[in-house]
Amino acid sequence: MTQAGDTLLYLDNVSVSFDGFKALNALSLYIAEGEMRAIIGPNGAGKTTMMDVITGKTRPDMGTVAFGKDIDLTKMDEAAIATLGIGRKFQKPTVFESHTVYDNILLALDRPRGVIKTLFDKSNGTDHKRIDEILEITRLGDLADELGANLSHGQKQWLEIGMLLAQDPMLLLVDEPAAGMTDAETAETARLLKDIAKDHSVVVVEHDMDFVRDLGVKVTVLHEGSVLAEGSLDQVSANQEVIDVYLGR
Amino acid sequence: MTNFIAGALGIRSYIFIAVIAAIVVVVGFLNLAVPETSSLYMSSYVVSLFGKYLCYAILALAIDLVWGFCGVLSLGHGAFFALGGYAMGMYLMRQIGTRGVYGHPELPDFMVFLNWQELPWYWYGFDMFWFAALMAVLVPGALAFAFGWFAFRSRVTGVYLSIITQAMTFALLLAFFRNDMGFGGNNGLTDFKDILGFDVQSDSTRVGLFAASGIALIAAFLLAQAIVTSKLGKILIAVRDAEARTRFLGYRVEHYKLFVWTLSAMMAGVAGALYVPQVGIINPSEFAPANSIEAVIWVAVGGRGTLVGAALGAVLVNGAKTIFTGILPEVWLFALGALFIAVTLFLPKGILGLASQIMAKRRERQATGAAPQPQEAD
Repeated sequence: MTQAGDTLLYLDNVSVSFDGFKALNALSLYIAEGEMRAIIGPNGAGKTTMMDVITGKTRPDMGTVAFGKDIDLTKMDEAAIATLGIGRKFQKPTVFESHTVYDNILLALDRPRGVIKTLFDKSNGTDHKRIDEILEITRLGDLADELGANLSHGQKQWLEIGMLLAQDPMLLLVDEPAAGMTDAETAETARLLKDIAKDHSVVVVEHDMDFVRDLGVKVTVLHEGSVLAEGSLDQVSANQEVIDVYLGR
Repeated sequence: MTNFIAGALGIRSYIFIAVIAAIVVVVGFLNLAVPETSSLYMSSYVVSLFGKYLCYAILALAIDLVWGFCGVLSLGHGAFFALGGYAMGMYLMRQIGTRGVYGHPELPDFMVFLNWQELPWYWYGFDMFWFAALMAVLVPGALAFAFGWFAFRSRVTGVYLSIITQAMTFALLLAFFRNDMGFGGNNGLTDFKDILGFDVQSDSTRVGLFAASGIALIAAFLLAQAIVTSKLGKILIAVRDAEARTRFLGYRVEHYKLFVWTLSAMMAGVAGALYVPQVGIINPSEFAPANSIEAVIWVAVGGRGTLVGAALGAVLVNGAKTIFTGILPEVWLFALGALFIAVTLFLPKGILGLASQIMAKRRERQATGAAPQPQEAD
């Protein structure tokens, strides 16, 4: 499923500035259907801003952000974009701390999102089965009844990935999934993401080079709000410009 | 629908309902069936006092629903309470009829005094109880909806939202002070005679109103409980804990806030409507920002995010207020302030939070005593 399909996400000439600081500078990026892409870049390169633009948190000053064939994301709000099929994991793991692990997944599950619908919604057998499946995949089965607040950092990261799975989006945006993890956990996370990438498109932002190497996918290097280089990790690490701005520091 | 409510009840809920029902029966009995000479006799003054507490408990539930569960701190809920109270007050004014000081068949005394010739349009319909009762819910609901629509859509949150709720109630306070508003100005509405044909001063009416407050409290509790235990309730908590996260999951956070906010305002309106016939007056001071803040303190003391706690807090703090202001009136405000500080510092989850913490610890101790802790897998 990793062969390049149609373009799923299309960013063209996107610019965003905050008080004169250009967070994104004519950024162009294309993600194909079923593709997994790693995005690296030094701090302030615009990685998180890019995610904000895709998920509707930040409006670009100019440029095109399109999903699928011709859905213009710049006109939609966060909830609409999420419903469309774009899921996001934050840099700082954000789970619902006063809910159990089980309920965290339940809320993320791909079910109606309206006020009245949720008021009378009763989760059924299929939901429970799906939740159990996700708990299995993310290895949180034993912690199903634990409150989100009581999880370790790594467990929260996984729970958030589990929530992404429950949403069953077409595209997953994963911001620094391995941050603060032990080496073993990092390797485990890479395995998990590769598994997910079998039937989803995934964009991973990460600092950890070993992790990116584990993923073994095409890498895009961002610098000062635009793309500096693209290719396999070995190619970009050999790129002199990349070494100058990032790796060689 | 019955399932929707019945499925939501735990043991704590049943205890709460049983206690309220028992209080209603006992108070009614002590007032009506026990002779006045007996030391067990409860005067009508005390009955109305307790009735007032129950109304405050409904207001506390309403605040807890938006603050405790959805994280929207309202410092203006007194406004919705007062609006509900005014709706009921208008009905009670119209019931006075020719028994007023000026004996005008249609106009309340204050309008005759102001030399008004006819009833303003917004007083129409308030001679009918059902209309007034409906307005006691709809007017606060409509105001809350309009307010919430703009505030939540513009993503006003946190302290800023609290401040504008405070501004809202203050604006209403000033507006209702004006005689031109047609709500009795500074004096408000008072001197009520009867409600639904019953004398508001009589013992049996007072017990009846008290019982109605008890029933309304139970109903409000059941509704709130059903909401917080539904999936929607879980989403409210999610909004409280991580609003942005909830949004990125695809939930329209502003719709959820608007729903619970409007519902809460309606509940506060019901509380106000039941409150007014029992205290016999409604005036603009009910809009005072301090009232709304005090109501938030009840919830904090009882236990934010626990419905039983909110109701309990309202009754306990007001009970303490009654006792304190009787013995040492000048100390009360200091005591209230100290209470709030103490609760914030030492009991972040209020009295009920403390109780369940102790229970949980005890259970844990029992569990560890009975069986070794299961190995945590990773």
